Amino acid sequence: MPFIPHTEQQQRQMLAEIGLTMDGLFADIPADLKAQSFHLPAGLSEMEVRNRLAELAGKNSVDLTLFLGGGFYDHFIPSAVYSIISRSEFYTAYTPYQPELSQGTLQAIYEYQSSICRLTDMEVSNASLYDGGTAMYEAMMMAMRITGRNKVIIDDSVHPIYRVMIHSHTQNLPVDLNETHCTNGLANRAEILDRLDDQTAAIIVQNPNFFGCIDDFTDLAKAAHEKGALLLVSCYPISLGILKTPGAMGADIVTGEGQSLGMPMSFGGPYLGFMAARKEHVRKMPGRVVGETTDREGRRAFVLTLQAREQHIRRDKATSNICSNEALCALTALVYLALLGKEGLKETAQRCADKASYAYQRLTAIKGVEPHFKARWFFNEFVLDLPCEAADVIARLIEKGFATGFPLSRYYKGMENSMLICVTEKRTRQEIGMLAEAVESVL
Amino acid sequence: MKLLFEKSVPGRRGVGPGPSDVPTTIHLNGDLLRDRCAALPELSELDVVRHFTELSRRNFGVDTNFYPLGSCTMKYNPKVAERIAGYPGFAHLHPLLPQLRMGDMLAQGALAILYEMDLLLREITGMMGFTMQPMAGAHGELTGMMIMAAYHRDKGSQKTVLLAPDSAHGTNPASAAIAGYRVVSIPSGADGLMDLAALKRAIGDDVAGVMLTCPNTLGLFNPHIREICDLIHSVDGLAYYDGANLNAIVGKARPGDFGFDIVHLNLHKTFATPHGGGGPGAGPVGVKEHLVPFLPVSIVVKRADGTYALEYNRPKSIGYVAPFYGNFGIVLRAYVYILLLGKEGLARVAENAVLNANYVRCKLKGHYAPAFDKLCKHECVFSTTEEMAANGVHAIDIAKALIDRGFHPPTVYFPTIVKEAMMIEPTETESKETLDAFIAAMIEIAELAQKDPEQLKAAPVTTPVSRPNETAAAKNLNIASL
Amino acid sequence: MVVEGLLYTKDHEWAKVEGDVVTMGITDYAQEQLGELVFVELPQVGKQLIARKEIAVVESSKAAGDVYSPVTGTVTEVNSELGTKPELINEDCYKSGWICKLQVTDKKSLDNLMNAKKYQEYLDTL
Repeated sequence: MPFIPHTEQQQRQMLAEIGLTMDGLFADIPADLKAQSFHLPAGLSEMEVRNRLAELAGKNSVDLTLFLGGGFYDHFIPSAVYSIISRSEFYTAYTPYQPELSQGTLQAIYEYQSSICRLTDMEVSNASLYDGGTAMYEAMMMAMRITGRNKVIIDDSVHPIYRVMIHSHTQNLPVDLNETHCTNGLANRAEILDRLDDQTAAIIVQNPNFFGCIDDFTDLAKAAHEKGALLLVSCYPISLGILKTPGAMGADIVTGEGQSLGMPMSFGGPYLGFMAARKEHVRKMPGRVVGETTDREGRRAFVLTLQAREQHIRRDKATSNICSNEALCALTALVYLALLGKEGLKETAQRCADKASYAYQRLTAIKGVEPHFKARWFFNEFVLDLPCEAADVIARLIEKGFATGFPLSRYYKGMENSMLICVTEKRTRQEIGMLAEAVESVL
Repeated sequence: MKLLFEKSVPGRRGVGPGPSDVPTTIHLNGDLLRDRCAALPELSELDVVRHFTELSRRNFGVDTNFYPLGSCTMKYNPKVAERIAGYPGFAHLHPLLPQLRMGDMLAQGALAILYEMDLLLREITGMMGFTMQPMAGAHGELTGMMIMAAYHRDKGSQKTVLLAPDSAHGTNPASAAIAGYRVVSIPSGADGLMDLAALKRAIGDDVAGVMLTCPNTLGLFNPHIREICDLIHSVDGLAYYDGANLNAIVGKARPGDFGFDIVHLNLHKTFATPHGGGGPGAGPVGVKEHLVPFLPVSIVVKRADGTYALEYNRPKSIGYVAPFYGNFGIVLRAYVYILLLGKEGLARVAENAVLNANYVRCKLKGHYAPAFDKLCKHECVFSTTEEMAANGVHAIDIAKALIDRGFHPPTVYFPTIVKEAMMIEPTETESKETLDAFIAAMIEIAELAQKDPEQLKAAPVTTPVSRPNETAAAKNLNIASL
Repeated sequence: MVVEGLLYTKDHEWAKVEGDVVTMGITDYAQEQLGELVFVELPQVGKQLIARKEIAVVESSKAAGDVYSPVTGTVTEVNSELGTKPELINEDCYKSGWICKLQVTDKKSLDNLMNAKKYQEYLDTL
């Protein structure tokens, strides 16, 4: 049998030594509780499995030129990222409960936490959460714990899937969720300030927002703090290569999807939820945290710390139920950031913005194609209005080999003709030119 | 060892995007930009590779040596699954493609895998429908609790209490509390199993459900499991099966047949996906027929023409617990594992996992104090003996001494209802030679506990660090280099 | 170690009664069970509590425990020194390691507390 090393003779010998039979090993399961059915296919060889999976992989359209983003991005991944995270000393380990055997994982997580803080201009970070959406939900719960309040304001320029995730997660909880409606591409100040009161735990916003527009939330941070509420900002980590940081805006908790930091899109996961916060809130922060200390000889050492907040100690009073997080994805993000380094990340972000800007010029030059938001700054995504239904245009361009963008009508009423276009540093001038020609040809 | 940041050399360059083929347009307002670069390290590619290679050598994984960490099922992770997860047809698939018009057709291979995985897991557990969305075991628990709450809400029931045994993983009460339930802990009896009389006393109309592992965290199978499910059902509660310990019974018994209504599986345990140093995992949730309408959206369905589609229109669904289809890359690896093993292989998994645990249990019981001296399933739990305690030797000392002998220690101090607990889960992928070497090391350590306890308290001496000061770490908190 | 003249709860809190004011903390037994403390979450001054409600949280690196109010009352003062020196509880739990003071609003809530002799007897059964 694959992966089971005992020979039949060894099995017999072991059973004999402990005075049991194979059936006897399961004698504690009453006969009427034994499996009533177990109709699975027979096992396959590795060669057969690889052939079958290669065939299935071939049925996925990964040869499209991607101008599709929407929170999940096709960035370039340096080869060294995969080489490093494929070291099985990392990926076949588990949570570093024994620090002497896990200094590699522990130091890497400490460096990851440090990198997330440096990227966002925040003071503390946890070791990772599942994804950007669950990280936003956890941040909201954390804000409610900190403030002792249960009213939350979220603008609809925040990723629609994250908003629906928050809605789903709070169905059985006493949370007063208030959704405001973005105006001309930015979070709706008037509505947010109107809802904001001394019962508000948090305002949740995103930068760049789902439409790709760049905002500065300094005013909202100030307004929130005046009412004793917190500002929660979700962000796109690559954009922080150049954009003003949530920390500089006065955010209290920062979350986001870390997929763009070296992780392939993998049809939705595994991804990386990151979370950073101000130091005063560290004990209310969910998830694992690694800290630096010394060992008994005075040597630098890293350990899991603040564990008393966690489920394995606090049980039903824990800050969160999270146990396994996304450690290998956090390592991936760290390696990616280390390889790009200070200048490399800045250049990558600038290149995304440049290429998006170029694509914007090319596409808006087409007759009938108009920018949806007038005079708005964007990072690497923007919304265009077409003279006809966007979903239809996108479907027709698939046939020409382009995943042109995302039809916004799926999540926003009245945006039937609008599509969200994303350009990463991977898209070439030639591809952008070909896209413009293709769009023109189908209008 | 130095931090990455301490190795940084100003001006040194790593990997950049290369020359630009478009004009640089300063199209951003300066007020929207950061005023200085993020203080990331400045290193060459080789600097980075060396740094992480050195870190990896300060780590211990299943590929390094025996890792009998109880309750975590640290079995071998087949390399073929890693290779397949890297196929461009999977790795480069954008998750939003199916949301385009006719977009389902752009991801037929991936949807086929999600669909088939649903069917396979149904048969393995005896359930009627699965969601692949939950991204870890605890996330599966939370999803299960949300389904439970939606079911009771739909029936108009006011139920506020969730029952869990005192031996439960900490995630169980935490997940229930986060979902809005008040958790009532049911004590274990002298036999290590849930105290049925205490359960009966706790049962009432306010009980929404019970959450259990079976076998439990002591490695014991509860023969009254169906009676427990029936009791819960008698007040219209739901029985939730925490699949953390499925490795003990896979192919032999199914939680659906016991009477459970909701199940989560830890694909990174029973189905051999790598633990990643603490994730990513996957925690699919399966339910019986009456709960299928509450599963998260989307669900993969098969059309009459044999193609696959995503179904979103499910009015009773609890909604979204993940943005898309869960940790697809992990589900894919587990799918590969199930295809490789098949029906026969999976049944052998449980047999050999249980054989190995009982082999270790019988060989060590003269040297350590078994928590329960009887047949176990996939793991066995020991305490230190009275003699060891008299010499001041604790479970932690035994754990650290094992490290010097090349083994990862068992889970220590859990379950909390056993004093000085050491929870050993060998898994089926370990050979007799490995088990014998581990047993010999454990016996040698037990003898040292009598002869030279100071040697155990000095352990480990072979590692880059020894017994870091955790109190200082928590007190003088330094969790980021800024 | 149990101190004469104080009152005790089964959850190992002590209370020193002076008129309507009660000073409280955790007992020597409790601090020893927890190990070296790294953090104390103190209540807000002005918080009103009924007896047996959670008033504070004490954390060591490997454990955490809820501290319950021994009486019904209002928090009038907290030992803010514990913010930076949680170890005061380990060093001297009955004096410098006090947690907070309460203005008792329901004197009957004092009736449920044990004296030193009874608490010692209770400890002997554990």
